[in-house]
Amino acid sequence: MEAIDILMSANFWAAAIRIATPLIFGVLGALICERAGVLNLGIEGIFVAGAMAGWLAVYLGAGLSGGILVAALAGGLFGLLHAILTVVLGLSQHVSGIGITLLATSASYFTYRTALPNVSTPPRIVPFQPVSIPGLSDLPFIGPALFQQTPMTFLALALVAVVAFVLYRTPLGLAVRAVGDNPAAVEAQGLSVRGLRIGAVVVGSALMALGGAFLTMSAFDAFFFGMVNGRGWICIALVVFASWQPGKALLGALLFGAFDAFQIRLQAQIGQVVPGQVFLMLPYLLSIVALVVVARRADYPRALLQPWFKGQRH
Amino acid sequence: MSFRLEPRADAPVSLKITVSLLAALAALLLVAIPVSLAGRSPLEAYLLIVQGAFGSMFAFSETLNRATPLILTGLAAVVAFRAKLWNIGAEGQLYIGALAAVLVGSGLLHLPPALMIPTVMIAGFVAGGLMMVVPAILKQRFGADEVVITLLLNFVVILFIQMLVEGPLRDPLSMGWPQSVALIDAADYPKLLPRMRVHFGLIVGLAAAIVLWVIVRKTVLGFEIRAVGENRAAARFAGIPVNATMLKVALISGGLAGLAGVGEVAGVKGYLSADLSPGFGYTGIVVAMLAGLSPIGAVFAAVFVAAVFVGADSMSRATGISSYLADLVVALSLLSVLVGSFFLRFRVRYEKTVKPVAGA
Repeated sequence: MEAIDILMSANFWAAAIRIATPLIFGVLGALICERAGVLNLGIEGIFVAGAMAGWLAVYLGAGLSGGILVAALAGGLFGLLHAILTVVLGLSQHVSGIGITLLATSASYFTYRTALPNVSTPPRIVPFQPVSIPGLSDLPFIGPALFQQTPMTFLALALVAVVAFVLYRTPLGLAVRAVGDNPAAVEAQGLSVRGLRIGAVVVGSALMALGGAFLTMSAFDAFFFGMVNGRGWICIALVVFASWQPGKALLGALLFGAFDAFQIRLQAQIGQVVPGQVFLMLPYLLSIVALVVVARRADYPRALLQPWFKGQRH
Repeated sequence: MSFRLEPRADAPVSLKITVSLLAALAALLLVAIPVSLAGRSPLEAYLLIVQGAFGSMFAFSETLNRATPLILTGLAAVVAFRAKLWNIGAEGQLYIGALAAVLVGSGLLHLPPALMIPTVMIAGFVAGGLMMVVPAILKQRFGADEVVITLLLNFVVILFIQMLVEGPLRDPLSMGWPQSVALIDAADYPKLLPRMRVHFGLIVGLAAAIVLWVIVRKTVLGFEIRAVGENRAAARFAGIPVNATMLKVALISGGLAGLAGVGEVAGVKGYLSADLSPGFGYTGIVVAMLAGLSPIGAVFAAVFVAAVFVGADSMSRATGISSYLADLVVALSLLSVLVGSFFLRFRVRYEKTVKPVAGA
């Protein structure tokens, strides 16, 4: 049976983790924003901005770590804009998010076209290479699947632990969670609701941009128009699926990656019979089904989407 | 000195219009920065944009042609957003409307144009409407967030259309291009001007704007939409059928987006393909916000946005500045109008005495 063969190959699991990596960054970023009470639909555009800015920085000679920094900075700036509109001015988070996506996408495309006016084939950079970890990488099966990834994948996995630790084990995390649940209580503690929310949106957006940067600086070596292709939106769905918990977010991203890697391989075998689009549709349909199934049990941050003005009473 | 915010009850129309105009102006001013950075004169670029959009009868017709689907997707967002139903799926609904038009209008029925065109329109409206009713029901029954679902459905629909135009619906005479069989002549929208592309869809858009204005202003449904949009719990308490109202809004919203798709097939392309819309559904959101959710305003906002796109294309050909500038203007317009809406909601008062800042 071919399906079993696919699941048994280390190559498949390596691909699953690779496909999951940008989603891990994105879903963590979205999760931080939403935990603080701010939905960030700018994610799709922030992915594009991270992909373009990181790539361009490396192309101009900033080095790979410089590229990461530039991408995070770009994401943080768009996050700051979203925070000003939604947290400071209390405007619609939906509309602002869509606006940020449009702005970040068009600004990235415009910058790319302006910086490289006359190129038809996208120029390449030398992206992150897979690192071999002595000992671990030589393990049968697990070695090639898990320990021959690029540094950005390891960073994403480490960030899951960091975000979980900060959210659940530090006073800062407690404050961030409280600000998304009960801002009045946070204000009563003498903490700044606005400050916490702005900080969370900026940090979360910077993480989202790293998901985009992974595409151009690790998975591929160039920037293409339309390369983000809905990955950001999938992250928004994954946050609900993950019930706003970092551990489940990792699980969701990995499941998604596995599913995607699986469909690509299955398609190679039965693509003659079933049109390719069916496979491409499945991730989106799966997300929708997951949303509908999980929605009833979903434990939304209670102040999500609600603007907060200082001194407000409920 | 400190300032406090006083909520306004309802902003006067004149202020709404001023805010929209200022927002568009702000967007144009902001865009001067990237144009200057690209080493060009912003003023020259603007002049070329205006010329490209309105400089000749042909240019004006192209602008109106581009505005036609935007009026309808804009109205789709207007009606939904008024009820705080966040329909981000107009793109998908547009394609489903276009699909219905092709299914009904490419040979299944043979009627004279006076009957054929309305039939195709109704098919597109109903198909697009149902495409939005489903997420609305999922929201009511399961509490599933309509924003994400309508958004994800866009991708599903476009892939589905791709599958159809590469497979069962492909025109055997299309030389292998992934496009559907063409509509029969009786289903084609008539052109409004000789040798120009602007078509009957514009009339449909204008009529839809007027009908929606009447609904919003003069009918019980309009009152219910407003009540549901302002406070769902209070509306329910007051005995307004919230769920039924939301389903009606969903049907109208999706239906209008579906009509936009019908127009692109019956008025412009003649057939269905997966590149029918360059994001008309998403741009409709900008149109609706620029219009301050006013149905009549949506017509003007759509013409503005269309002019930016058509004008920027021609400016780009003349100067070599990337035509992504148009998307930049549109995105900045949306954000500036959003900032502007803050001033519609609040009156900012400055005070000499130091008082605690009072909020909403």
